Amino acid sequence: MGMTMTEKILARGAGRESVRPGDLVLAKVDFAMGHDLTIPPAGKIMREQMGAEKIWDPDRVAVTQDHFQPAKDAASATLGRLTREFSHQMGIKWYFEVGQGGICHTVLPEHGLVLPGELVVGADSHSCTYGALNNFATGIGSTDLACVLALGELWFRVPETLKFVYRNRLQEWVEAKDLILYVIGQIGVDGARSKAMEHTGEALKHIDMEARLTMTNMAIEAGAKNGIMEFDEVTKEYLDPRAKRPYKPVTSDPDAEYEKVFEFDAEKVELGVAKPMSPDNYAPLSEVAGTRLDQVFIGSCTNSRITDLRRAAAVLENHKVAPGVRLIITPSSHQVAIQAEKEGLIRTFLAAGAAWTTATCGACLGGHMGVLGEGEVCLSTTNRNFPGRMGHPKALVYLSNPAVAAASAVAGVITHPSEVLAKMPASIR
Amino acid sequence: MTLPKVVRGRAWKFGDNIDTDQIIKHAMEGVPGRDTWAGGVEQGDILVGGSNFGCGSSREIAPVAIRGAGISLVVADSFARIFFRNAINMGYPILQSPQAAEAVEEGDELEVDLDEGIIRNFTKGDEYRCEAFPQFMNELLRMGGLVPWVRKRLEERRRAAASSG
Repeated sequence: MGMTMTEKILARGAGRESVRPGDLVLAKVDFAMGHDLTIPPAGKIMREQMGAEKIWDPDRVAVTQDHFQPAKDAASATLGRLTREFSHQMGIKWYFEVGQGGICHTVLPEHGLVLPGELVVGADSHSCTYGALNNFATGIGSTDLACVLALGELWFRVPETLKFVYRNRLQEWVEAKDLILYVIGQIGVDGARSKAMEHTGEALKHIDMEARLTMTNMAIEAGAKNGIMEFDEVTKEYLDPRAKRPYKPVTSDPDAEYEKVFEFDAEKVELGVAKPMSPDNYAPLSEVAGTRLDQVFIGSCTNSRITDLRRAAAVLENHKVAPGVRLIITPSSHQVAIQAEKEGLIRTFLAAGAAWTTATCGACLGGHMGVLGEGEVCLSTTNRNFPGRMGHPKALVYLSNPAVAAASAVAGVITHPSEVLAKMPASIR
Repeated sequence: MTLPKVVRGRAWKFGDNIDTDQIIKHAMEGVPGRDTWAGGVEQGDILVGGSNFGCGSSREIAPVAIRGAGISLVVADSFARIFFRNAINMGYPILQSPQAAEAVEEGDELEVDLDEGIIRNFTKGDEYRCEAFPQFMNELLRMGGLVPWVRKRLEERRRAAASSG
């Protein structure tokens, strides 16, 4: 019996010839990540309860100061300090200070730290993002992270795999974000519960690496354990200048067993949003066009990489944010910010009247720099719109791609980007 | 806490999508003076749930609450992922068995053999399969969870390093 990519990676980690869905395995971890909310508890459990004095491999751990940093209040300053102290004491090689890293799920791929064929864990639910780079990556808890930091291994239940095949190509204006929102809308927020989502098909060939990361990022919004993609020329090109270690891609066997196969015609997917209050509340853009907005947020590990900011800037060029609306743009990493500065994107944002912030998770999880008040309506390029996610439980959040967000900021209501910009330049599509 | 190889008890049957808030509330009602579900549980009883057992927010206390009520282990059609991880990390045995979840009725006398991965129903004279735990997992459950298990493994490594160097 053949194996899927996910099964192969877990089998290798466990030192076994093969594994099957449902198996519980003890597997070696190739790379681990924690941040300012999860390193303090994990470090405490590891040292005080497990009795470990050092971590298993300081070269294979990354720590970012991203969730509530730069510190939003005294409590988060303490978390930042504990995170910083632990990282220095343990000699963690990939520690990213405030102003030098950014959001973990952008930072790790852009530094070439999470690679094909690897088994990656992160103490953050969106750690599934890395799977677009042909690895098994999943979110874990703080006790799990403590175990990994101490031993370099952790137990896993081998997930069943769901295969998603995307035929044809996405149409003009329609982005990977629209595709994944559509898929989650079809299968629901628990449609892939504890399972692997394997994305494949012709449509992916035309989707760049950053947009692929947007798709695997949202695997958890369908309840999945991980999202994973095949290795191809696009992956290779992205990794060639970045990869910090040699790597070995994996492929699914032709006779691998899938619990279910879903087929979608990418050409038929419309520009869309997730309406409040759930990421699976998909609606075509036409259904919500004209919805009045108080805030537009372009940010997060989902949709604030350089390609996202380029599209937002193309729409905002020579336009102003509508009166009564505020536009907040938060790059997802320091490198993204540097590149945006080089390309003149920041000037475009500032001229349009947008608030440009430092790289942080910020408003996405209702942390700081853009939290919503009671009754406010926000269009956001983020991943979750549950009640209270971005602030007040009675605030309404719509999720969209960055071009729709930018156009809607200009119009003051949810708007199709073609009403602001005639055509998205082919070079940044 | 040690975990016996074979667990025997009476079945308490629950439906699908029991969430962590409900779990906490149910078990808390077994606190002395409150006499609802948890009050009727006898030490060692077995909870049989439907699909997606333990869904909802990640409340580490949910498995603790069930154990506190006297339930020795939980069998379900399927578990919500966070509940599954939390329970095992705390050394609390939970077993996935769609067969048992469908067939078992409230009050059935059950016996679960953790090493063999077999659930015997004495009331009905049935037998259901569930995944047997691999050795490391049995060890982890017997030791009382992930923290003591890591502590022991670290000690073994230190000893191995000392004897080889």
